[in-house]
Amino acid sequence: MRALEYTRATSPEQAVATHARNEATAFLAGGTTLLDLVKIDIMQPDRVIDVHALALDQVETLSDGRTRIGAMVTNTGLANHPRIKSDYAVLSQALLSGATTQLRNKATTAGNVMQRVRCNYFRDGVSACNKRTPGSGCAAIGGHNRSVHAVLGTSDQCIATHPSDMCVAMAAIGATVQVQGPNGKREIDFQDFHLLPGATPWKEHALQPDELIKHVTLNAPLAGGKSAYLKLRDRASYQFALASSAVILVMDGQVIREARIALGGVGTKPWRALEAERALRGAAATPENFAKAAAIALQGAKPYAHNAYKIPLGQQAIVRNLTTLGTGAIA
Amino acid sequence: MTDPTEKTSSDPEGSGELFKELTTPSRRNFLRTMGISGMAAATAPVWAQAAQLAPIDDSEKPLAKGEQRITLKVNGQPHTLNVPGNAVLLDVLRDRLQLTGTKKGCDHGQCGACTLHINGQPVNSCLSLAAMHQGDEITTIEGLERNGQLHPIQEAFWAHDAFQCGYCTSGQMMTAAAIIKDPNIGADDASVREAMSGNICRCGAYKNILAAVQDARGKVQGAS
Repeated sequence: MRALEYTRATSPEQAVATHARNEATAFLAGGTTLLDLVKIDIMQPDRVIDVHALALDQVETLSDGRTRIGAMVTNTGLANHPRIKSDYAVLSQALLSGATTQLRNKATTAGNVMQRVRCNYFRDGVSACNKRTPGSGCAAIGGHNRSVHAVLGTSDQCIATHPSDMCVAMAAIGATVQVQGPNGKREIDFQDFHLLPGATPWKEHALQPDELIKHVTLNAPLAGGKSAYLKLRDRASYQFALASSAVILVMDGQVIREARIALGGVGTKPWRALEAERALRGAAATPENFAKAAAIALQGAKPYAHNAYKIPLGQQAIVRNLTTLGTGAIA
Repeated sequence: MTDPTEKTSSDPEGSGELFKELTTPSRRNFLRTMGISGMAAATAPVWAQAAQLAPIDDSEKPLAKGEQRITLKVNGQPHTLNVPGNAVLLDVLRDRLQLTGTKKGCDHGQCGACTLHINGQPVNSCLSLAAMHQGDEITTIEGLERNGQLHPIQEAFWAHDAFQCGYCTSGQMMTAAAIIKDPNIGADDASVREAMSGNICRCGAYKNILAAVQDARGKVQGAS
C-alpha cells in the first residue's frame, strides 16, 4: 500500500483546515471504501485525516420532527437506533441488507453516502474508465455489464450503478446533507448530492474538495406511513442489489394518500421515482395501479448488452413492495 | 475400521491415549489440534503464549521518517509502537505483536478471516489503520479465552468439527462470539447465517459452524 501521512482530526473545522493545505488528502472515516481502494491503488491520497472519532455520532430528533444523523454514526448504530427502527423502517432495513456485520460496524453514515462504484472496470486499474481516468472511455458499455451497471441515468461516458442501499432509503424519505467547508457550513438537498455521470462521470457528488459531511438530516416521517426496503440480488446475503426498492405508503382505507418510491441497483444515483409517486397519489391500491406506477418508474430505461433484465426486475421490486405494504398480500 | 479409542488396551505406544487426549476439548488440545489440521505455522506453544506476550515498548526508539508512535491495547495489554502512517491494524498485530491467530485472507474486507473485536464489536482488521485504534479495546482470538478456559464458542467449534483447513476459523469464532451476545441479532438459524455472511469458509463447513454457534449460545453469559 502507498505511503500515507496520518493525522487525527480534533474538530470538523480543524479537519477542513488541514485538508485545505494539501490536494492529495482524503478524509478517513470507517475506511471500508477508502482503504480498500487505496490498497489497489485506485484512490491515491498522500495523506489521510482520520475523522472517525469526531463527536458526530448522535441520532437526534429535531423540534420540527426531522431526524439529524451524525456523519460518524455507524451503519449498525443507525440501523438499530430505536427512532430509526420505529419511524424509518425502510432505512433500517436498507442498512441491514447491505454488506456484512463487520463492515456495518465500521462503515459510517457519511462514508456510505460517499462510497464509490463497484464497476469492475473502475476497480481493475487498467481498463478504460472515465471515472478513474477522465477521457479514457468506458469499458463497461461494450463489456460485461450484467450486475453493477445501470439502466437509468446512464450516459455514453459511464453506466456504473450507485452501490448504496442506505442512500436509496434516504432518497425515498427525503433528506438534506449538512457540510462544513473552509468558508463555513452549507446544506445540500439529498436529491442534488449525487450527480448523474453525464459528460463528467468523475464528478460524483456536489461536495467541494475541502468540504466535510457533518450530518444527514431526514425529513420528518409521513404521519401514518408504512415503509419497507426490498432488495433483489444474486445471493441471499452480502451482495449488491440487482434491483431494489424503498417504498413509503400512507393509506386511507384502500386508497393511497401518499407514496414515496426510490430505486437501487438500476440507476447511476439513488433513484427517486417522482412521477410514479404522482401516479399513485389518490389511486386505489390495486395490482393494475401498482403495475402502472412501476412502468412509469422505469420509463426511459436504457438496457445494455447484459442488463435488460433489470427493467422488469426493477418494476417487480416496486410492485412487490407496494403490494405488501398497500394490501398486506404477497405479490 | 475400529474405533481408535478402543485401541488403548492393545496399544503399548499409547497412541490411543493421545487420541483420547486430543478429543477432549481443553485449550491446550484445541491449539494442538488446530495446528495439526493445517495451521502448522501457528504451532501450539506460540499460540498458547501469544496472549501473554510481554508488552512491546518502542518509546525509546527514535521515530523513522513517516512513523508515528501509537499505543494499542490488545487483549488487555498496552503496547507502545512506532508505526508508519499506512500500517494496517491486521499487519501490526501479526508482524509486530506476533499475534498470528488473526488471519489475512482477502485483505479487502470481503472474507472475514481478519475479524477481531474493537470495543466488543466485530470488525475487519484489514480495513483499519493501526493509528485509528489508539484507546480502543482490541480483542483478538488469542484473547477470547479466559483464565486458561476456552470460550464456549471455541469449545463448540471443537465439539461440532466446525472447520476443515481452519484458516477462516478464528474470524468465524470472533464474529460468532459477538453476535450471540448482540440483542439486535436474532437467535434463529436464518439470523445467524445472515449475521455471519461476512465470514467465508472455502471448505464449506457452514453446517457445522451454524451448529456450533447455536450450541454455544446457551453457554455464554448474556447470549440472546
